[in-house]
Amino acid sequence: MATPLTMTVDLVARFPGKVTADRRPGYTGFSVNNENLVEVATAIRDEFGYDLLTAVTAVDYIAENKMEVVYHAYKTTGGAGLVFKVQAERVDPIEVPSLINLWAGVDFQEREAWDLYGIKFTGHPDLRRILMWEGYDGHPLRKDWKEPFFEEEAKPFKSRWPDGKFAFAENKNPFRDNLNFPKDFDPENFVVEKEEDLYLSLERDSLKDTAGNMKTDHIVVNMGPHHPSTHGVLRVAVQLDGETIIGLKPVMGYLHRNHDKIGERNTYLQIIPYTDRLDYFNSMSNNFGYVIAVEKLMKIQVAERAEYIRVIMAELSRIQNHLIFIGMLMNDLGAMYTPSLYAFEERELILDIFEAVSGARMMCNYFRFGGVVRDVPEFALKKIQDLVSDRLPAKTDEMERFLNENEILMARLKGIHVLNAEEAINYSVTGPVLRATGVPYDLRRADPYSVYDRFDFDVAVRHNGDMMDNYLIRFDEIRQSLRILEQALKQIPQGPINSQKPAYQVRVPAGEAYGRIESPKGELGYYLISNGKPNPYRYHVRPASFVNLQCVEKMCIGTKIADFVALVAMLDIVMGELDR
Amino acid sequence: MYGKGILKGLSVTWKRFWDTYTDDISWMLKGKKRYNSVEGVAHRSSKNTKGIFTVQYPEEQLIVPEEFRFIPFLVYDEGAEGKKEIRCTSCGICAKVCPPQCIWIVRTNDPATGRPVPVPTDFHIDMDICMNCGFCAEYCPFDAIKMDHKFDIASYQRNVYGMDQLLKPAKYYAEIRPENYHREEEARKAKEAAKAAKAEAAPAA
Repeated sequence: MATPLTMTVDLVARFPGKVTADRRPGYTGFSVNNENLVEVATAIRDEFGYDLLTAVTAVDYIAENKMEVVYHAYKTTGGAGLVFKVQAERVDPIEVPSLINLWAGVDFQEREAWDLYGIKFTGHPDLRRILMWEGYDGHPLRKDWKEPFFEEEAKPFKSRWPDGKFAFAENKNPFRDNLNFPKDFDPENFVVEKEEDLYLSLERDSLKDTAGNMKTDHIVVNMGPHHPSTHGVLRVAVQLDGETIIGLKPVMGYLHRNHDKIGERNTYLQIIPYTDRLDYFNSMSNNFGYVIAVEKLMKIQVAERAEYIRVIMAELSRIQNHLIFIGMLMNDLGAMYTPSLYAFEERELILDIFEAVSGARMMCNYFRFGGVVRDVPEFALKKIQDLVSDRLPAKTDEMERFLNENEILMARLKGIHVLNAEEAINYSVTGPVLRATGVPYDLRRADPYSVYDRFDFDVAVRHNGDMMDNYLIRFDEIRQSLRILEQALKQIPQGPINSQKPAYQVRVPAGEAYGRIESPKGELGYYLISNGKPNPYRYHVRPASFVNLQCVEKMCIGTKIADFVALVAMLDIVMGELDR
Repeated sequence: MYGKGILKGLSVTWKRFWDTYTDDISWMLKGKKRYNSVEGVAHRSSKNTKGIFTVQYPEEQLIVPEEFRFIPFLVYDEGAEGKKEIRCTSCGICAKVCPPQCIWIVRTNDPATGRPVPVPTDFHIDMDICMNCGFCAEYCPFDAIKMDHKFDIASYQRNVYGMDQLLKPAKYYAEIRPENYHREEEARKAKEAAKAAKAEAAPAA
C-alpha cells in the first residue's frame, strides 16, 4: 500500500547524490549510499522526526551480488513510516556502518543480521553472534547456505508425490545428525573463545560504572538457560557487586530454529501455521500480522465480516495474554501458582472459544489471505458476548482487588526499574512497556490497520515507567480491549468471511511489504519480499519480545538481582518469539 | 499491616476452595452427576463455572467442539459387501500444501496401460512431524482427508501411519463432525443433481 508520508519526506532533494529513491517495482523508500548512512540517518531522526527505528533486517540479493540492510523508521506521534536501505557488495567482509550511536535499539537486530547474514556493522561495540552458537559454520540466512537435511530450495518437495517413498529424515544424513560443523571442527578441543568476549563486555561496562567506589571483587552469575524464572531457555550473564547488578548481557538462541529460513522454504500459505509458533500465547495476533503483510503485497481487500472476526480474535488474544502476564509476574515475585492459576481459569474460557472457531486452543491457524478460515459459530459468538459483557469485567476487577493493594506487590514493583520515555524510544521499545513510560504509541491508533479506526477506545498510558505502571497498564489494556470487543460484537455484519476463493497456492506480485500490528507484547512486524514465485524471497519477523529485551541492560544496572527476575516477567518475553 | 494481608489472602483462597465444592453439593442435591457426565463437563467449562474447574482426565475428557482438529485420517465410503471405497484420488494437493511436508503418497498406475488410476497405492503420514494445521483437510477437493478428534495417541514408537491406520469410515466422520458432514453431503448432492440435469439437457439439445 502507498505510504503517503514517505512521499512527503524528500530525502533525495535533501541529500542529492547521497540518496536515491528505490524504484524497483513494488519497492518503496530510499536507497542510501553506504558511506553516507550515518549522516542521512541522523537527519531522518533529528530533522524529519522519525524517532523510533523499529525494524532492521538484511536481504541477500545473490543474483545481483549485493547485500541490503533495510531500516524501518517511524514517528512515535503516529503515521506511516520511512523505509531506507543501504547496499553493500556481497564480498566478505561485508561492511555497513552501525547506527547504534543513533538508536540503541538496533543493537540486537544488527547482531542478528551479523549472525545470520554475516554483515559487519562497523562501530558496533559488541558484534557477537546472537542466535546461533559461537562455533557455528557460516551464516544461515544467506541464499547459498543449505541446512543439513536440505532437500530442495522450496516446498512442496517433489519426493512426496506422485511416488512418495517415505524415509526418516535422519537416515538421509550419513552422520545421522542434524549439525553442520566447520571443516576443521574438533569437538574435543573446541573452546568457546567468544565466551570470553561475553564476560569482557560485562567487565568493560562495569568498570565504567563503579569508578571512584571502593574496589571490590565482582562475581559473574549465569542465570539460566534453565533458570526456573527465566520464562524458558533464556540465559543472562550478570555481573554482580554484592547483590547489585553492575553488568548484564542476555544470551539467547537456545530455542532458535531459524524461522526466517523455514519461511523462505515454505509457500506463502504454509507460513501461517508456523507463525502460530512464534509467540505461542497469541497465535491469533501472529497470524494477523502476517496476513496483513501478504495482503499488502497482494493488494486485496478483506471481507467485511472477517475484519471484525479478526479484531475480536486479536482482542481476546490480548486479554488472555495480559491475564497470563499478570499471573506469571506474580509467579516470579514469589506468589507461586495461586494468582497464575486464577488467571489461567479465565484464559481457558477464551481458549475454548479459539478451539470452537479454529479447531485448536493455541496453534489456531485461523487467518487466511482475504479473510478467515470459517465463520464463528453462533454459540461461540454467544459465549464471547457472555464473557465480554459479564464474566471478564467482573474477573478483571476481582483480580485487581486481590492484588493491587498487596503490600509485598507494591514494595516489589513501585519505583523499581524505571524507564523514561526517551530511553524507551531510543531502545526501540514498543507495546505496553513503552506506553507505561508515558508515550501513547499504540499502532491501533498511530497507524490503524484492519477496522480499528471504527472503534472508540483510549490508548492506555501510564506515566511513571516503573514496574508498577507496567503492571497496571495491563489492566487498563484489558479494559480497553473489552470496550473494543463490545463494539465489535455489536457492529459485526453478516456476509462472506473471505474475499478470495480458497486456493492452496496464492499469486503474490513482486515487491516488498512490511506489515505490522500491535501485538499484546508490542509491535509485531513482518517484512516480506516477493519475487513472484510461490515462496517468499525474504521473510523476516520483527518480534516484539526480542527488541524489547534490549532495554534490560539499561534498566537493571544498579538494581538488585532479585528484582531482575521480576523485570524479565514484566517485559513479557516469550522465547518462541524471541529466539525464533 | 500486622498480618491483615495474610488473613485477606487466606480468605480469598478459602472462598475459592468453598466455591469449588458448593457446585458439587448443589448438583448432588439435584441428583445430577457433576463428574463423569457430559453435562457436568459442559457446566465446568462454561462461563458459570465457579471455583477451580478440573476435568478428571483420563476418566473423563473435555468435550471437544466440532471443529477441533488433531492429526488427519482418510475417509472411505462403505460400498456394497463392505467394500472400502476410498475417496482419495491421490491428486497430491494435501502433500503439496502440507507445511512440514509429512504426507507421502504413492499413485497407482494401471499395469496394462501405465496410466494413473485415481486411487492411492500407499499413503504415509508421519504423525510425529504433523503440526495439526488442518490444511490437508481444508484444501482437499474430494473431502477425502479430514482431521480427527482422537488426541491421545502417545506411544513408545514412531507414529508413521500407513493406509491401514489412516482409513476410517465416513460414518465415523459423520459422527465426529455432523454439521460439516451434512453440509458437504448436501453440496455433493446438489453438484450431482446439477450434473444429472446437465446430462439430461445435453442429449435433448
